[in-house]
Amino acid sequence: MRIGVFVCNCGTNIAGTVDTAKVASEALTFADVVYATNYMYTCSEPGQQEIQRAIGEHGLQGVVVAACSPRMHEPTFRRAVEKAGLNKYMFEMANIREHVSWIGNDKAANTAKAADLVRMAVAKLRFNQPLFSSKMPVNKRLLVIGGGVAGIQAALDCADGGMDVVMVERKQYIGGKMAQLDKTFPTIDCSSCILGPKMVDVSQKENITLYASSEIESISGYIGNFTVDIRKKATYVNWDACTGCGACMEKCPAKNTPDVFNENLGSARAINIPFPQAIPKKAVIDARHCRQLNGKKCGVCAKICPVKAIDFEMKDTIVTEKVGAIIAATGYDLFDHSVYGEYGAGRYPDVITGIQYERILSASGPYGGHIQRPSDGKEPKNIVFLACVGSRDASVGRPYCSGVCCMYIAKQAILTKDHLPESNSYVFYMDIRAPGKNYDEFVRRAQEEYGVQYIRGRVAKIYPRGDRMVVQGADTLLGVQVEVEADLVVLATGIESSAGAGELAEKLRISYDQYGFYMESHPKLRPVETNTAGVYLAGACQGPKDIPSSVAQGSAAASKVQSLFAHDTIETNPQVALVNERNCIACGKCIQVCPFGAIQWKELRGGIKKAEVLPTVCQGCGVCNATCPPKAVQLQHATDNQLLAEVNELCA
Amino acid sequence: MKRVAYYKGCSLEGLAAEYDRSTHAVCEAFGIELVEIADWNCCGSTPAHSYDPLLSAALAGRNLAIAADQGCDMVMTPCPGCLKSLKGAQEACEDPGLRKPFVELVGRDVDGLKTVSLLQLLYEEVGPVAIKKAVRRPLTGHVLIPYYGCLLTRPAQKAKFDDPENPVSMDRLLEATGALVPDFPYKTECCGATYGVTRNDFVGKLSGRILDMTARLGGEAIVVACPLCQQNLDMRQDQINKYQKSALHLPVPYISQVIGLALGMDPKELGMDKLCVSPDILFEDRAEAEGKAQGPGAAA
Amino acid sequence: MERTNTLSIRQSRDTDFIREVEEASGQDVSKCYQCGNCMGSCAYTFAYDYPVTQIMRLVQLGQKDIVLGSSAIWLCANCQACTTRCPNDIDVARVMEALRIMSRKSDTVSLPDIQAFYDEFLRSVKTFGRVFETGLLPIYNLRAKKPFTDFDLAPRLLMKGKLTFFPALVKKRKKIAEIFEVVKRDRFSKDGKARPEPLSSKTDI
Ligand SMILES: Cc1cc2nc3c(=O)[nH]c(=O)nc-3n(C[C@H](O)[C@H](O)[C@H](O)COP(=O)(O)OP(=O)(O)OC[C@H]3O[C@@H](n4cnc5c(N)ncnc54)[C@H](O)[C@@H]3O)c2cc1C
Ligand code: SF4
Ligand code: SF4
Ligand code: SF4
Ligand code: SF4
Repeated sequence: MRIGVFVCNCGTNIAGTVDTAKVASEALTFADVVYATNYMYTCSEPGQQEIQRAIGEHGLQGVVVAACSPRMHEPTFRRAVEKAGLNKYMFEMANIREHVSWIGNDKAANTAKAADLVRMAVAKLRFNQPLFSSKMPVNKRLLVIGGGVAGIQAALDCADGGMDVVMVERKQYIGGKMAQLDKTFPTIDCSSCILGPKMVDVSQKENITLYASSEIESISGYIGNFTVDIRKKATYVNWDACTGCGACMEKCPAKNTPDVFNENLGSARAINIPFPQAIPKKAVIDARHCRQLNGKKCGVCAKICPVKAIDFEMKDTIVTEKVGAIIAATGYDLFDHSVYGEYGAGRYPDVITGIQYERILSASGPYGGHIQRPSDGKEPKNIVFLACVGSRDASVGRPYCSGVCCMYIAKQAILTKDHLPESNSYVFYMDIRAPGKNYDEFVRRAQEEYGVQYIRGRVAKIYPRGDRMVVQGADTLLGVQVEVEADLVVLATGIESSAGAGELAEKLRISYDQYGFYMESHPKLRPVETNTAGVYLAGACQGPKDIPSSVAQGSAAASKVQSLFAHDTIETNPQVALVNERNCIACGKCIQVCPFGAIQWKELRGGIKKAEVLPTVCQGCGVCNATCPPKAVQLQHATDNQLLAEVNELCA
Repeated sequence: MKRVAYYKGCSLEGLAAEYDRSTHAVCEAFGIELVEIADWNCCGSTPAHSYDPLLSAALAGRNLAIAADQGCDMVMTPCPGCLKSLKGAQEACEDPGLRKPFVELVGRDVDGLKTVSLLQLLYEEVGPVAIKKAVRRPLTGHVLIPYYGCLLTRPAQKAKFDDPENPVSMDRLLEATGALVPDFPYKTECCGATYGVTRNDFVGKLSGRILDMTARLGGEAIVVACPLCQQNLDMRQDQINKYQKSALHLPVPYISQVIGLALGMDPKELGMDKLCVSPDILFEDRAEAEGKAQGPGAAA
Repeated sequence: MERTNTLSIRQSRDTDFIREVEEASGQDVSKCYQCGNCMGSCAYTFAYDYPVTQIMRLVQLGQKDIVLGSSAIWLCANCQACTTRCPNDIDVARVMEALRIMSRKSDTVSLPDIQAFYDEFLRSVKTFGRVFETGLLPIYNLRAKKPFTDFDLAPRLLMKGKLTFFPALVKKRKKIAEIFEVVKRDRFSKDGKARPEPLSSKTDI
């Protein structure tokens, strides 16, 4: 094989600590290398032309580029060699930037290591084979997981574009956290007034199929052709029949059911439709609190329901949907403040969370929109807000900023003044984070027009004195300790990844960070893609976000899906496992270990069994390759020969 | 019988003699043998900490070394200040920089021992259930305030006992005696520590607010587990009253005294007479009165 | 130390000091983001010249003279409230303790009476092996020139039989004294640095 090697300077990124000319000259001594050079920016237009020129001029059959991580530019260079007439798999990349130049300053050592990596790449390339992909049709249906505002936006955008959309929401209603909010910053418009129409659209669009009270059971397949099993949880109400009249809720005797939608302020019934504008407006029985389902005599709802929708025998069911792309929009959950012993660890009824306060402010909330204390129903006069509770706090494992609380505190303080003109609001904060359009102005307005008293300092302790709560902290700007006697304390609890985010990520085969937020493919340049082709992100599941950003990301993910669906077919990835039938001893080990069920038996003439890989299902993980005793199954482009050649070269 | 090395500490030999006495009485009642550390010396307390880490570690560590040589694997001290020093010695023993000089001075390592406070010993080795069973003279109807002081459970990583912000072990033990135990928000607030001597007004201010909160919650007595807290709240209560122009009269018994009392021990044997503010109110038997107040048949 | 309202940061910034504090306390002071939780927690903020949050800040800025001359570090009771609540897991009380020790070594103790009390305490330990409360207080009070402090307590304590008139003696007092001597010898010669001579009597026991 005639091999060419191109060592990239990457400006000074690589050349600063690696002698690229020396690496190139050393490469010339490696077997089969007939041409080697170093170049300023190999990925640039002239850089690519240089590769193509060399292929023609030197009759190259394979190319190694020693440069950055293949993550970004492997596709670039593969296209370049393909244009010059080579098969794109006759190309290898050695990462001498992230793996060498950026992590060490010793130029001699770096240069030697870079040369080693190039030597390994050359050794592997000598065993490379041309590989060819085939074309598969794209199923132009979209799955949206999570029906918060981000998921809703993505679903509506795609549905407007004429695509079929399947939405899976695990709660009984869509709208997510935004459905619980009263008004929204920075314009103080009513949350349900702006979200409601979108929710209605979801339920009315012909081409959106909504599965509420449902979760993802499993996902298989690949971009363009996913198969999704959805678990429809038993609601004990036949939704095809239920008209949402609410008669059952009124009569249900299980009155001590926690009102989850109202964040446990007040109680609901075991059969419930959480709020009047709920979509879908269908009743669900909470099996933990229903008397009938817990072996007591009841069945009141079944008797009352005019359409006989109640079904106590209902079981979970699984439905299967086939889609071509998936958007994860599973949002966030809120930090549990009971770890803060100094704030009472949740045992003081008048120390509440921001989301509880949203419910209190809401006209459809537990107190009909009148601000009152949960403990005794009294109207509070002095209200204290605490920023950064479970945010920016390494000691509770949440060092990051939740991004939205500074703003919603200002909003809630403003609304408090609107509701109770005689009240005083105090905000304990460390820094005010208000970088959006008209955001800082909004926070200033809270202080200048609404007289909200901001105090810079973290609160040390909250404790009861009589029927009030003492908030003890510091004003660090003055350098004094301060104390406020409050009637009500609102903790701006931080944003964390939604419960079960990790398990869903494994089903989707996407990565997540140490806090459970889904990882985008590139923090700047691929903000809504994941590392799994065909799976996109929208909203707070990727990191704390406010509504404008969540909606923007929902639309961005939708546009990615639309550009994917603009094609009728998609190229398959040929880097999959392949069985050499002559060597296969039919032990079946590969079938057992394959996590994707991509290997099955195939019968040859005479009833001889051999393993067979389904190339469209195989994800190229290589577990079968490692397991197979006679090494009959080989992962293309990462065969034993190729990997051993690299290792041998390194150990030589 | 459980054998536990006993590090008494200087206070219990002087101003807190009743803490020593009642500790012995209660431990004996529950079958815990206290083995006094032979020829023990002062742990060095805050003054040693403020002088040099090695001084503090070596002074406290010598006692642990003796305890280990006496064949004990657990050391108990009723004084949280001493406990902090003892734990500090164990930490020094694990510190790469201090271990060598420490072992040279003290003669051996001491990190294998378990070091606990009296409260932890009573809570973990005896426990509220056993105490409840042993009660002969229930304190029913008495409202007792549990005050832990700042060092007993803090910092959490070192104390490794109960909760640093809202400890409950003493609450549970007091409840076992039949007493009523309100949620006390100043459980771990500092009482003024050693400033009784050098900055008397600090104690007036800090212990003053602890006593005020006790009175506000209807507490009849404030129960402590630290000799220093006890001195500040009890011995200096008159000074505090003068400082903040109040007329409080709140007895400040040790936890061991209260438990002993509930077990039916002689108050004198427990050194109740040594308390500056008279604890007589605790001797009132309200169990019967309570029963009567509820009227016959109220039990159903 | 008197409060300064102007700081020429580059002139007064002592980076060695920052490193020394970090070494002595085992804490990374740059982690402090000045939230104020420690000073909000500290029961002695009312008495400090610089609240503990500002002590942390001054250490970050390397303001050695202000920090080691502050009264705050000598009024800290080591109550651990700050350490318990610091959101960045800084053992703030350890930093305060390290600063106390450093201020002793550099002979800049701002509250000599508190140091005198500690010294008296340590002398008692060194002599008897234990602290002799009844003896310690009057001696300290005399030295601090407030001989009548706590006089009001005496009759009551006498009546309760709480005052002892003879110190309890540890048998192996020599061993205790040896510990003091060895520590004193090593104290200034750690990491090979020579002990600064002469050692003022003010800073030692
Ligand atoms: C107290 C408070 C006040 C706020 N006020 C404002 C404001 O005024 N203005 C503003 O811009 N922002 C505000 N926000 C932020 C706002 O709530 C978020 O920006 C927004 O809700 C994010 O939308 P989302 O769709 O990404 O996530 P979510 O609203 O969390 O929706 C996610 C949805 O996915 C569902 N889901 C989760 N996991 C699964 C799963 N595994 N399978 C199926 N479904 C799943 C959830 O049930 C939920 O319905 C506030 C936040 C709080 C806490
Ligand atoms: S279950 Fe029946 S009664 Fe209940 S809301 Fe639906 S239709 Fe109405
Ligand atoms: S947005 Fe504000 S309150 Fe929320 S974590 Fe960030 S700084 Fe704290
Ligand atoms: S340890 Fe010192 S600085 Fe920290 S809170 Fe207690 S007294 Fe204040
Ligand atoms: S609590 Fe910690 S982070 Fe906050 S000011 Fe104090 S030392 Fe700094």
